[in-house]
Amino acid sequence: MAVVTPVDPVAAAWAALESVADPEIPVVSLRELGILRDIRRVADGIEVVITPTYSGCPAMGQIEDDVRSTLESHGLRATVVTQLAPAWTTDWMSDPAKAKLRAYGIAPPQRRCTGAQGGSENVLRFVREAAGVVSCPRCGSARTVETSRFGSTACKALYKCLDCLEPFDYFKPY
Amino acid sequence: MSTTDYLLHLADNAVVLGQRNAEWCGHGPVIEEDIAMANVSLDLIGQARLLYQEAAGRIGRGATEDSLAYFRDVPDFRNYTLLELPHHAALVGYAKTDLDYGTTIVRNFLYSALMVLLWDGLQHSKDTQLAAIAAKSLKEASYHLRHSRDWLIRLGDGTEESHARVQAALEHLMPYTAEFWTSTPVEAEVAAGGVGVDVAALKPQWDRLVDDALAEATLVRPAEPGGHVTSGKTGVHSEHLGFLLAEMQSLARAHPGATW
Repeated sequence: MAVVTPVDPVAAAWAALESVADPEIPVVSLRELGILRDIRRVADGIEVVITPTYSGCPAMGQIEDDVRSTLESHGLRATVVTQLAPAWTTDWMSDPAKAKLRAYGIAPPQRRCTGAQGGSENVLRFVREAAGVVSCPRCGSARTVETSRFGSTACKALYKCLDCLEPFDYFKPY
Repeated sequence: MSTTDYLLHLADNAVVLGQRNAEWCGHGPVIEEDIAMANVSLDLIGQARLLYQEAAGRIGRGATEDSLAYFRDVPDFRNYTLLELPHHAALVGYAKTDLDYGTTIVRNFLYSALMVLLWDGLQHSKDTQLAAIAAKSLKEASYHLRHSRDWLIRLGDGTEESHARVQAALEHLMPYTAEFWTSTPVEAEVAAGGVGVDVAALKPQWDRLVDDALAEATLVRPAEPGGHVTSGKTGVHSEHLGFLLAEMQSLARAHPGATW
């Protein structure tokens, strides 16, 4: 007689979703990016909590569908809920995820965002941006320049390397 | 009810400016700015969606984000008049074309400078959902402020023509900012209840943000207008909003419930 090991559905869901990548950046998982926030047991199954990177991120619908269909293919019934607070930050991105971004040709965020803002009376904090070296993901040179504050997706800016001349995406610290 | 009305005011601001800025899509002065404006619009429309979804949930009776964006008419919208104006002043002088990037930049700057302060205050709102939306939107507004401020300086402290054009845009748009500081009954009620913030109290900080950038841009701040104060946030709009909504709403109204 086969022994049936009871499977914790929450652990099974974490394991199953480890393979679900961001639709725009297929080398990092939703967990590594900090989009997948929590998986918890509720009365009628499990609940998966995701958070948008940017308010208007058009990938959110796709992400929700990917999460649901992946869990269904593993026989897990789940509801997907979107939670806004705390607001997503690139600080949640893991170091292995940053290494994967760089290998993929996207310079990862170079500084932390939380705690970087000054006192509430200092309005200039809204315009100041901490300087940080964005090194080229192709040749590693620190001689790079911002071409545009906005890039191919809401979460990226456009940069150019002054040594190898490679134009590249920079994942904005946010 | 007043919180719902306030959510609609914030949502209408975001959707109307989002729709306006999207007019640059495919028409930007350079490709990077074309992409920038599309991204700014994406953020604003994203903010509007969150706010409309929240308002729809409270209104009930079958209201959805789409019914609020597409099936309300001009007098129902509560956005600042500033945000519905076309991307040009009178079609004379430097604003010879109907898409003047100086006007776009000045408007985005004046509005973003207000919104960083407003979202900053609203992230401490007693309404936890509004506070969550504010904390998210603050990051986006800060980025929009940095973008428009950079360009304001680049154009103001640029060539003779770029300087004259942004100065003209500033003269044209500054009077509309008087609407920021007059409190409507809805704003007063949410502020008193700890859901909103006292808008008039934000003015000194806004003045500092504006004056600091104008000085760097070598632009001259126009004298305080002191004349007519526009009233888009009470539903009395300029003639421009109807045309904007006609373009934005026509598809949804011609094909109700359409999906693709």
